[in-house]
Amino acid sequence: MSAAPTLIQASLRELGAALAAKRVSSVELAQLFLDRIERFNPVLNAFITVDPDKTLAMARAADVRLAAGSKDCGPLTGIPLAHKDIFCTEGWLTTCGSKMLSNFVSPYDAHVVDRLNAAGMVTLGKCNMDEFAMGSSNETSFYGPVKNPWDTGRVPGGSSGGSAAAIAARLAPAATGTDTGGSIRQPAALCGLTGLKPTYGVVSRYGMIAFASSLDQGGPMAKSADDCALLLNAMAGFDSRDSTSLERPVEDYTRDLGKPSQDLRGLRIGLPKEFFGAGMADDVRAAVDAALAEYRRLGATTVEVSLPNSGLSVPAYYVLAPAEASSNLSRFDGVRYGHRAAEYVDLADMYAKSRAEGFGAEVKRRILIGAYVLSHGYYDAYYLQAQKIRRLIANDFTEAFRHCDIIAGPTAPGVAFAFGAKSDDPVQMYLSDIYTISTNLAGLPGMSIPCGFGAGNMPVGLQLIGNYFDEARMLNVAHRYQQATDWHLRMPGGL
Amino acid sequence: MSLNPDQVERIARLARIELSPAEAAQTRDRLNAILGLIEQLQAVDTTGIAPMAHAVANGHAAQRLREDVVTESDRRATYQAIAPEIEAGLYLVPKVIE
Repeated sequence: MSAAPTLIQASLRELGAALAAKRVSSVELAQLFLDRIERFNPVLNAFITVDPDKTLAMARAADVRLAAGSKDCGPLTGIPLAHKDIFCTEGWLTTCGSKMLSNFVSPYDAHVVDRLNAAGMVTLGKCNMDEFAMGSSNETSFYGPVKNPWDTGRVPGGSSGGSAAAIAARLAPAATGTDTGGSIRQPAALCGLTGLKPTYGVVSRYGMIAFASSLDQGGPMAKSADDCALLLNAMAGFDSRDSTSLERPVEDYTRDLGKPSQDLRGLRIGLPKEFFGAGMADDVRAAVDAALAEYRRLGATTVEVSLPNSGLSVPAYYVLAPAEASSNLSRFDGVRYGHRAAEYVDLADMYAKSRAEGFGAEVKRRILIGAYVLSHGYYDAYYLQAQKIRRLIANDFTEAFRHCDIIAGPTAPGVAFAFGAKSDDPVQMYLSDIYTISTNLAGLPGMSIPCGFGAGNMPVGLQLIGNYFDEARMLNVAHRYQQATDWHLRMPGGL
Repeated sequence: MSLNPDQVERIARLARIELSPAEAAQTRDRLNAILGLIEQLQAVDTTGIAPMAHAVANGHAAQRLREDVVTESDRRATYQAIAPEIEAGLYLVPKVIE
């Protein structure tokens, strides 16, 4: 297959065009990526489960749809993608990166999986992740750490690190991710990708294994904003099975991309002064500053804004997210599915041993913190106080958006770090998400796009934060930058 | 605020997670570091601020109520196929009542 180097670098639109013109079949495309997974995954560990028979059956079904050339086909029909192992996929192992679910073959599909299947996308496999999405480096996975394809001595970020590494290494053209405190945007930044966390409520959480339900949101990860817009079109939409899914008119998230009337002249980009302080590494600052200069060249103006309470976002998050996690993860009890201890003396002992064996150290810590902040005598001081601070953080954004159309800054304070650099110090690890968490607390949409390289030739991400439901504009702002630059097309060497 | 060993044991019991003595000591150190991080919330004046429990509670959208009708179909056999131990359509657990 001489077209292979082009196909692994192709955009989703280019893949769609190649399929429509019969230059490649869905089966050939799936096989190309399955071969790459077989070759590179033993080093990268980006996938937990690969099942070529299932993948090729889906690809054959897509080829039938494509051959019929009917109205049944859409822009994504026949294109392969990978799913973060947090999304339930019927008949596939769905582990959430945990021993607790190491035997869980999902009896149903998540809404997102349902939608992407209906669009004719072909599942390449299930991507590794931090256990129950709790981590910023992929080091907490029961299945071992994922390696960053740019430097296999460094972390890919987390928790959607397997998804990020898979795309960066061109083992998949796109992947699903989830973002509770930065888990799409931070690995996208550390692996040189484009990733989008939608406004809370835009993408259904049905079948997405819950971590912190008031913050969790699924979204697309791919090479470009254009790819992400196409994927979001398929992923977004009302779902009655998620009580927080919002009933809104269907949107075309690609509608502004490349439209002459939607150029960046007059766009006001807000720069939160709190995001440009001492916490940001010099190499990240240089790349972000250069990206902002490019935006000014494209006609945008930059204006300083303030998010005075954003420094409280990490501590507030580490009350609220563990509190919700301790409640959500109480369902894992060894009774209905998942891991059950082999030996126990009574029911209480069975619970305690099954959970002790099934959960890793970071998950246990978060459950324990959550149980503590929710316990009698501490609820008001911790949990309620954190909810009030969450309101202050959300209000800061409301005020900032009075002065700008979109917010920009770094996605992560530094480039990808070495394995073990932060894994012994949970607080240092938590601070990896210092620029991303406030967006989740407020429920706003956010993106990370590649904007250059820093120390060790590692990718740097620019974060964009939009107002509620402003994904289409945010995607266009990212797309214009990607039309003027080629950072998003760079790929690691040796692959 | 820092946790003593008895408090760690109590929280672990509440959370139904068995901790070995060695694990308990390390867990306590890590939990205390995390509590140190969240301690700074105490210094913030939040008088008159309404708690925000949810991202859709910020005024830009509202949660809906659905009709009170049955929406689930019977999938017991499918769900029980992945259970650790079942019998006659029931999930089995150790005896709780003598």
